Amino acid sequence: MSLEILKAGVLDTVQDAGRPGYRKWGIGPGGVMDHYASHVANALVGNAAHAALLEMHFPAPHIFFHRDAIVSLTGAEMVPTLQGSEVPLWKPLIVKAGNTLTFQRRNKGARCYLAIRGGVALAPWMGSHSTNLKVNAGGFQGRALRKGDVIPMHDDTFPKGITGAFKVLPWSVNHTAAYGPGDEIFFTPGHEWNWLSERSRRDVVTQSFVIESSSDRMAYHVGHSALIFRKKQELLSSAVCAGTIQALPGGNLLILMADHQTTGGYPRIGHVATAHLPRLAQLNASDRFRLKKISVEESEKMLLSLGRDLRDIHAACCKKLEDYEAIH
Amino acid sequence: MPEYAIFPLGDQAVTFSLGNTIQIRNHRKVMAMQHWLRQHPFPGLLDIAVAYNSITVVYDLYLLHTSQEMESGFGYVRDLLLEAYRQSGLRSDTTPGLKRIPVCYESPCAPDMEYIMAEKDLSRDRVIALHTGRNYQVYMIGFLPGFPYMAEVDPMLMLPRKTTPRGKVEAGSVGIAGVQTGIYPVVSPGGWQIIGRTPLRLFIRESNPPVFLEPGDQVQFYEITSGEFRKMNQHNA
Repeated sequence: MSLEILKAGVLDTVQDAGRPGYRKWGIGPGGVMDHYASHVANALVGNAAHAALLEMHFPAPHIFFHRDAIVSLTGAEMVPTLQGSEVPLWKPLIVKAGNTLTFQRRNKGARCYLAIRGGVALAPWMGSHSTNLKVNAGGFQGRALRKGDVIPMHDDTFPKGITGAFKVLPWSVNHTAAYGPGDEIFFTPGHEWNWLSERSRRDVVTQSFVIESSSDRMAYHVGHSALIFRKKQELLSSAVCAGTIQALPGGNLLILMADHQTTGGYPRIGHVATAHLPRLAQLNASDRFRLKKISVEESEKMLLSLGRDLRDIHAACCKKLEDYEAIH
Repeated sequence: MPEYAIFPLGDQAVTFSLGNTIQIRNHRKVMAMQHWLRQHPFPGLLDIAVAYNSITVVYDLYLLHTSQEMESGFGYVRDLLLEAYRQSGLRSDTTPGLKRIPVCYESPCAPDMEYIMAEKDLSRDRVIALHTGRNYQVYMIGFLPGFPYMAEVDPMLMLPRKTTPRGKVEAGSVGIAGVQTGIYPVVSPGGWQIIGRTPLRLFIRESNPPVFLEPGDQVQFYEITSGEFRKMNQHNA
């Protein structure tokens, strides 16, 4: 009752919504990079929003299913194929025992999620299945997946009596609003925003930024023209969050992502709107984006609106699955 | 009390800070606020993080908002932090625990000892006496799981971080940086001047809690020989 990694990808980990609550011990929340795609993936298979799933990058793994299962793929477009046939993202799929899932190429986005109905049957660490690579804890043996790993899945009686090949179920989630339009990432000003010179503040909201290749799940390094500070002062370290935009001493920017440290002492020029973290999480090295400054009120409105959308999506997906189950 | 600042850390966290210097009095105040907040949780509360002079409350905005009528999540949490500031005393109710930590100050446990001696014009014994001669306050855990930020180091021992961080610092390494002293719980790159190494493990993932030190603890270092270090060594290497 499991799935098996026939070939490892560049970085495939078990993740969930993270383990908040342990900053006092220096343990960051971690969790998925794209909280929208992972939530929808779970909704499509009828899981709880916070259920554990696989986060994959390209080159992606080859995954063999040892039993039938309802699964879904969301996030980056990496041309997933089952038994050699391309299958869509953002839809529930019924895979059959003996099927192999592969990915052909990366068209768009950085991270793809695979949710399995019932979830993976692994022991959580400190209340979460997220993989903490720094201390090798959580997820699957606290590490990225390797060839030969067999990941146990919870028993799931559905789908029963479905014969033949794999199947794409006939409904999908429209995700376009969550990722576009445009290349703007909204942010709210940080406590040290006004330390930037007027010119630099203008530059931040008018120039485009490029994601550098040193970016990873901990932080994005972003390139841009040098920023000038009119105020310089050593800060005592304090808590930081995913989305915090820090200015490094050399004038470079660092945007903290899911696996960020719990504390930081660099000037915080801003914070990416949580509703736009999924957009940022789907950018690759050398991708460009622009920053747009908004108020905290606007940022809250966007996040609440996204939360309501996800609630509705979740309810609709569960209803569809129930109806499908009732007929079959 | 110095002036405080309250500001949003994006749309799901709020920070309250007191001044911008390391002051035990300010730290005790934010510890007391933490204590009060843990007794007054709200729907959506995810985490409370205390640092040197600040406290940060992290929350799930959607859960908070759907729990009750409110103008804004930031406003709600800001008001709660102000309430914690007014309602809490100067110190938290818990008495600080004193933890004694053995440290080997000999080579190869102390790769920066020669540099520290030369830079500060001190004998090895004097460096050790200065480092072990006072108790340190654990102000926060950060950087790595279980990494304690402690202060204050004797002014005669104060040195800045390395200009180029070391690629690999061994688990248990005790470092100094400015007024701070800290311990690397796991192998990591690091820029602090390594003055010694403890055989104790500060982070054990299977334990509850997984960390040896928490904010509010007091720490005293004591010297051990390299022979004692080998006998007590809990690290893999």
